[in-house]
Amino acid sequence: MPTSPSDPHRDASGEHAVRSGAGVFDLVVIGAGPAGLAGAVAAGELGLRTALVDAAELTGGQFYRGPSPALGARRPEALHHAWSAYADLRERLRHCPAVSHLPGHHVWSVVRDPGHADRWTVHALTGPDGTDRAPVRLAARGLLIAAGAVERHLPFPGWTLPGVVGAGGAQAMLKSGLVLPGRRIVVAGSGPLLLAAATSLTAAGADVPALVEATGYLGYARHPGALAANPGKAAEAVTHGGALLRHRVPLYARSAVTAAHGRQRVEAVTVARLDRRWRPVPGTARRIACDAVAVGHGLIPQLDLVTTLGCAVRPTADGTHAVATDRSLATSVPTVWAAGETRGIGGAAVALAEGELAGLAAGARLRGAAVPPARTARLRRRIARLRSFADAMAAVHAPGPGWPEWLTDDTEVCRCEEVTADRVREAAADLGARDTRTVKLLTRAGMGWCQGRICATAVACLATRYGASDAGPAPDRRPLAAPVPLAALAELPAESGPKTAEPT
Amino acid sequence: MVGAACAHYAARAGLSVTVLDRGPVAGGTTGAGEGNLLVSDKEPGPELELALHSSRLWRKLAEELPAAIEYETKGGVVVADDATRLAALRSLAAAQSDAGVDAREVSGGQLRELEPHLADGMPGGVHYPEDAQVHPALAAAHLLRASGAEVRCGEEVTAVLTAADGAVRGVATASGARLLAPYVVNAAGTWSGEIARMAGVRLPVLPRRGFVLVTEPLPRVVRHKVYAADYVADVASGSAALQTSAVVEGTAAGPVLIGASRERVGFDRTLSVEVLRRLAERATALFPVLGGVRVIRAYAGFRPYLPDHLPAIGPDPRVPGLVHACGHEGAGIGLAPATGVLTAAALTGSAPPLDPRPFRPDRFPDPCAAPDRRPR
Ligand SMILES: Cc1cc2nc3c(=O)[nH]c(=O)nc-3n(C[C@H](O)[C@H](O)[C@H](O)COP(=O)(O)OP(=O)(O)OC[C@H]3O[C@@H](n4cnc5c(N)ncnc54)[C@H](O)[C@@H]3O)c2cc1C
Ligand SMILES: Cc1cc2nc3c(=O)[nH]c(=O)nc-3n(C[C@H](O)[C@H](O)[C@H](O)COP(=O)(O)OP(=O)(O)OC[C@H]3O[C@@H](n4cnc5c(N)ncnc54)[C@H](O)[C@@H]3O)c2cc1C
Repeated sequence: MPTSPSDPHRDASGEHAVRSGAGVFDLVVIGAGPAGLAGAVAAGELGLRTALVDAAELTGGQFYRGPSPALGARRPEALHHAWSAYADLRERLRHCPAVSHLPGHHVWSVVRDPGHADRWTVHALTGPDGTDRAPVRLAARGLLIAAGAVERHLPFPGWTLPGVVGAGGAQAMLKSGLVLPGRRIVVAGSGPLLLAAATSLTAAGADVPALVEATGYLGYARHPGALAANPGKAAEAVTHGGALLRHRVPLYARSAVTAAHGRQRVEAVTVARLDRRWRPVPGTARRIACDAVAVGHGLIPQLDLVTTLGCAVRPTADGTHAVATDRSLATSVPTVWAAGETRGIGGAAVALAEGELAGLAAGARLRGAAVPPARTARLRRRIARLRSFADAMAAVHAPGPGWPEWLTDDTEVCRCEEVTADRVREAAADLGARDTRTVKLLTRAGMGWCQGRICATAVACLATRYGASDAGPAPDRRPLAAPVPLAALAELPAESGPKTAEPT
Repeated sequence: MVGAACAHYAARAGLSVTVLDRGPVAGGTTGAGEGNLLVSDKEPGPELELALHSSRLWRKLAEELPAAIEYETKGGVVVADDATRLAALRSLAAAQSDAGVDAREVSGGQLRELEPHLADGMPGGVHYPEDAQVHPALAAAHLLRASGAEVRCGEEVTAVLTAADGAVRGVATASGARLLAPYVVNAAGTWSGEIARMAGVRLPVLPRRGFVLVTEPLPRVVRHKVYAADYVADVASGSAALQTSAVVEGTAAGPVLIGASRERVGFDRTLSVEVLRRLAERATALFPVLGGVRVIRAYAGFRPYLPDHLPAIGPDPRVPGLVHACGHEGAGIGLAPATGVLTAAALTGSAPPLDPRPFRPDRFPDPCAAPDRRPR
């Protein structure tokens, strides 16, 4: 098999030679966040011809969204460590000719090369919002999927009002453009991201009248071992906590925003206490005026590409799925590795370590590179320690089963297709939809623009509550990881010959 | 869909009916296809008669069932892109008219009135006002509920029970249940061959894969079901190789659906970029305006396909009590009501509303000598 970087990749039609650096890459890394960046640099430094592909224009993913120096002055110490690790990687990337960074490439599908069973074809779109019609294809002998995560949303009455934004989304907006979603912003949901979001928002000048967390923060105390093993994490939490105290942000633990009110946009929220199962406690509701709500319930691994590739997934402690890998971060599909949030929510530090380990593993497998065992062992120890903390946190912040009680019948669960909670109930309870997939089929929930990326969790919880078995062992299959213009599909080179005949 | 229709008409005929499915409602091909109720794509013959009868029944069902089934008679437009195809289409339409189809030839100019965004330079086509559609999964779910039949989802049939004389006595399921009944209706779609095998008979149902592309929601740019004249030839082909001709239609919810490829690749769900490419190419050739529109989803389903493209409907003379209602390939939604009526007639021994003989389930000679077995 021709594998040297100088081999030009030929495709059936002869034209449309693969753009963005013709030839077969040893490794295509999808996602240039902490995990992908570390992976590409590790692989490139071992001599692998590597492509680092990301939809975004800059490396850094969700964590290192530019223009970060603007926030530098207020950057707490704990975050600063991660920042210098990132700056170091960026520098190494610049000096690593084996790695081509391909920004602005949105991967919509990865398939086995029909002509070469041991090669992958990575299909990407370019241009603003992926609107350039010329499709890009990359050929690769191996893949590292480091596609990160998306925010988990739980609906509540009023959540579709303008002014209600994702907590991570607000954070990202702030980091990249320094825009605030409002002036008086309630931060709500569950998970450590809320602390980070509230800190950044107050630092940027917003008033945060309430930080509403559905669990008790005390939850961490039940996992003292993990916390002790992660002094960095503890320091981070303390830094955020200190910043919030200074800004006098009132904390509401074991509480949730159970409704948002307003006509044109959000004007106030109802905050209620929750019991252990996350059911609102009667008589505890209070109204808090605000002009924006940043709400989020942690993150969910981004699995579109891996499920379509057929990689095995595993259930996680917080009720979602992540890619399953072996200890070298190889997935169940040969020559496909995974690192970072795609393997389970764990934060930037674990993403950095896993990216590096996966890059090394790919180097050993694809090019027979020699990797010092001590380096691998050190990474494995670090990953194990960080992952145990992350899993503990995930378990603490998993949504309680009672949250649907803050919905009303007419609350929209899927906002793209305007599907209400009542329609989900009808499909599950009256129409014989026994599983989540059928509930979606009968209601169109999750079939709209976002393809369930926003509502999948909520629809699944509700469907199960109303009698559907959540038998679906795997997350949704989304054969298209991104919307693709028809013209881009039409302009792909034709595959020659029928490859579809049955044996007989 | 087919099982729901059989249950509905059998219950209406006074029988007591239990519906078993190993999955949820509409979990098979019904939940993975489109809901076109077409007369336009059928050549005169038994399938067209089944379709015309079904078309009338669907109109009645639409009045009885909730609006949620999304029944709509939007009409079909078949477009010819050159003079040769137009001539072929014209003669097909003439034959269809003789068989009772409302088929109206339209000029290139009239095509533009029907479909303002159609590509330039199409010489003409045929307008079929009777073509309609439903939301297949919702239609199946509501019809099943309306039937009043006992529905047991999650029950997989593992054996067909027979008496000493070879007649059917009922079925056994994976949960250990035994349901006794003098009649068993095999409406297991693409998996019907397995049920037949359990009863000791051969029924060569094969999967024929189809992909559908779903675009982002749009204001109505496509008003009818629009497809190219070569679609009719693809439907009738027995080849295993990939065939694609775009059927483009707007939906009430906004997205445009683009079908439909046909290929025999077993039960392989893997995304085929080549299929997507061809569908996109054909669709943009009909509607250039769709070029900039984005596809948000693609899905695959497996049509239950019999070698002569006709379903198997009616009693199996080899096993008394076994009645088949399967193998509707790419038209099972459209053909379901008439299939249900024929099945009910077979179960009650009443006179069928149309000649069921072309659909005889034992028409396939053993051993396998299906006409299209030639590899190509
Ligand atoms: C909205 C949001 C806000 C966050 N804010 C914070 C915070 O303030 N503080 C904090 O500690 N942690 C935050 N996190 C978590 C933190 O970002 C992660 O811990 C860390 O970035 C994980 O690194 P990663 O490399 O695994 O994934 P990411 O950093 O998410 O990187 C994944 C990259 O993959 C790219 N990608 C995904 N799919 C494709 C595709 N199909 N084609 C091309 N590129 C693709 C994405 O563009 C992205 O750049 C946030 C996460 C999210 C989702
Ligand atoms: C892409 C695509 C587009 C299509 N477009 C159209 C269209 O526009 N118009 C149209 O009319 N048709 C269309 N079709 C065809 C149509 O979907 C099928 O003909 C129809 O759904 C078949 O219905 P069915 O009830 O026979 O099969 P199914 O819907 O597959 O039902 C069979 C059921 O049997 C169950 N089953 C199987 N084995 C067992 C067992 N051992 N025990 C218990 N239960 C079992 C299955 O779980 C399944 O639910 C399309 C198909 C595809 C793939």
